[in-house]
Amino acid sequence: MRIDLEARGTRSRTLEVAAPLIALAVAILIGGIVVALLGKSPAQAFHVYFIAPLSEVWSLQEVAVKAAPLVLIAIGLSFCFRANLWNIGAEGQFVMGGLAGGAIGVATHGMSPDAQTFWILPAMLAAGTLAGIAYAMIPALLRAKLGVSEILTSLMLVYLAERTLDYFARGPLRDPKGFNFPQSVMFDDVARLPFLMEGERLHVGVLFALIAVAIGVVVLGRTLFGFDVRLVGSAPKAARFAGFSDARLTYAAFAISGGAAGLAGICEVAGQIGQIQPIISPGYGFTAIIVAFLGRLQPIGILLAGLILSLSTIGGEGAQISMKLPLDMTRAFQGILLMCVLAADVFTRYRVRLSFGSRA
Amino acid sequence: MSPQILELVLVSIVMAATPLVIAALGELVAERAGVLDLGVEGMMIVGAAAGFAAAIESGSSLLGVAVGIGAGVVLAGVFGVLVIFMAANQVATGLALTILGVGLSGLIGSGYVGMKRESIGHLDIPVLSDLPVIGRLVFGQDPFVYAGIGLAIAIAWFLNRTRGGLTLRAVGENHASAHALGIPVRRVRFLAVLFGGGCAGLAGAYLSLAYTPFWAPGMTAGRGWIALALVVFASWRPFRAYAGALLFGGATVLQLHAQAASIGLPGQLLTAVPYLATILALVVLSLRKRRGSIAPSSLGMPFIPER
Repeated sequence: MRIDLEARGTRSRTLEVAAPLIALAVAILIGGIVVALLGKSPAQAFHVYFIAPLSEVWSLQEVAVKAAPLVLIAIGLSFCFRANLWNIGAEGQFVMGGLAGGAIGVATHGMSPDAQTFWILPAMLAAGTLAGIAYAMIPALLRAKLGVSEILTSLMLVYLAERTLDYFARGPLRDPKGFNFPQSVMFDDVARLPFLMEGERLHVGVLFALIAVAIGVVVLGRTLFGFDVRLVGSAPKAARFAGFSDARLTYAAFAISGGAAGLAGICEVAGQIGQIQPIISPGYGFTAIIVAFLGRLQPIGILLAGLILSLSTIGGEGAQISMKLPLDMTRAFQGILLMCVLAADVFTRYRVRLSFGSRA
Repeated sequence: MSPQILELVLVSIVMAATPLVIAALGELVAERAGVLDLGVEGMMIVGAAAGFAAAIESGSSLLGVAVGIGAGVVLAGVFGVLVIFMAANQVATGLALTILGVGLSGLIGSGYVGMKRESIGHLDIPVLSDLPVIGRLVFGQDPFVYAGIGLAIAIAWFLNRTRGGLTLRAVGENHASAHALGIPVRRVRFLAVLFGGGCAGLAGAYLSLAYTPFWAPGMTAGRGWIALALVVFASWRPFRAYAGALLFGGATVLQLHAQAASIGLPGQLLTAVPYLATILALVVLSLRKRRGSIAPSSLGMPFIPER
C-alpha cells in the first residue's frame, strides 16, 4: 500500500473550517477508546469533559477564566508560527511575566493607606509584559545573531524560568510571617485584577484576551507587518527578494509572543492566584501551542480553540473527582488532538490517495 | 580525591551520560535521514513508564526493556506516518508526540507510583572488576552502558562504512536526487524514525529499570530535549555525541555532588546546570562554526514524490 499526496490548486473554504472540527471529532473518538481501555465509561467521560462544565454559571465562568491565558498566549504564538519561527518556550515567558509583575505586588504590600496606589496594577502589568518580551528576546537574539535553533533554546529556558520562580517563591519573596510556606504574602486589593462583575469569577484578564483577538484580526489581516509575517511563512524566498528582513521579523514575532505570554502570566498571578507561588502555571504555555494550531493560526479560530481546550481542562478536573480518571488523561487527549489537527491539515493542502500494489 | 571516590564519580558520570547518548544516537540516525523528531522526550518517558510496568507485571527486566523499546517504536510509527507519508509539519507533530507521551506515561504509570524493584545488575568479573579506579568503570557497568558504547560504534560504522548508511545519508542530504536514483526515500526515512523511537524507548527503560529503579511522573526531566541538543552539538557525528553526553553527564553529577556538599549556592541554580549547559553548548558550537551549515540539507523538509 502506498499513500500519494497531490497538491490542491486552490484551498477550499469548507475544508478549512471542516478540518479542525473533524480532527476534534476523531480525537474525541480516540480519547473515548483510551477511556474504555482504562475501564471507564466513554459516554460518561464525554459528558463530564465537554457537557457538564457548560451546564452551570460558575463553571462557564471558569471556562472563560481558564481560556483567557490560552487565547492570549496563542494569539502571540500565531505570529511566530506563521513566520516559521518556533517559540515553544511560551511557558517560560509566562512564568517570568508572572514573577516580575508579582514582585511589584509583593514590594508594594502594606503601603500606607494614604499613599498613591493607582499606579501599582498598571506597573505590574507592564513589568509582566516586559519581562515576557525580554525573556523571549534570548532565543530570538541567539537565532538572529548566531543561528542557534530557537526550538531548543526557548524550551531550555522554560526549565530555567521554572527554577527561577521556585527560588524566588521559597527565598527572597517568601512571606516572612507565612509559617515557612513557600509562598509570598497575598497582594493588596489595589494589586489585584478587578473583577468584571461584583462577586463573580470573571476578571479583567478575560477582556485582555478578547482585545488580543481583535488586535490579531487587524494586524494579521490589515497591516503591512501582518502581510510580512504571512509572506515569510508561506514563501520565504519571495519575502527575502521583496526586502523583508529575517532578523527584524524574528525580533518582532518573538517580542509579540513573549509579551503576550508575559501579560498572561501576570494576569494569572494578579487575577487568579493573588500571590507568588513556586508553580503558577498548569502548562498554559504548552497547551497554547495546541490552541494556536487547532485555531488554524487565525485569531477567531484561536478564540474558539481556547474555549474548547479550557473546557476539556476543567472537564478533566471534574473527571478526576467524579470518575477517578487521572489528570494525565487530559494531557494525553490534548496531544492526540494536536496530532489529529495536524493530520487534518494535510487533507486541506493535498488530495490523499491510497493505492495498493508494489510500485515503489 | 581518593581513588575510590574518583572511581565512583567517573562511574556515575558514565551512567548519567548513557540515557542521553542512547536517545541522541537514535535521533541522530533519524536526522541524518532528514527527519527532525522533537518527540524524543515523549517517547523516552513512555518507554520508562511502559518498561517499568512490564517489568513489575512479568518480573522480568529483559521483558521490561523490550516493552520500553517497543513503546518507543510504536509512538515513532505514529509520528512517522504523519510526517513522512502525510507530510505533516515535523516540528508541530514532534511537539504533539511529546505532549501525548507525557500524558500517556502518566496513565500507564499511575498504578506503579511508589513501587520499587531491584536495579538491573552490574557486570561483575572476578579480579578485573575489582581493579582500582578503572575496575568498575570498565568492567563493572550495567548492560545499558555497554549497549550505549556499542551503539555509537555500530552507528558510526553503519553511516560511514556501509552501503545502507550511504543510502540513508543520501536521503537526508538531497531527497530529490535520492528519489531519482530509485531509493525509496520515504521507506528509508520511516525505518530511521522507527530506530530513533526504539532508542528513545530504550533510554527511558534505562532510567526506570537501572538508573533510578522506580517510576515517577516526569522522571525524564527534559533528558529527551537535551538529547536533541546533543545531536546538534555533536554535528551529527556519533562519537562526538558520546563525548557530548559525557560532558553533560559530568555536569549532572557535579551538580548532584555540589548539592550534597551544600556549597551555599541555591539548589535551584544547581539543578538548572544541565539546561544552562545545553544553551551554552549550542552557543559555543555556533560561534565555532560560522561557515555554512553542517546539518543534513533536507532536515525537516517533507518529501512528496511526483506521481
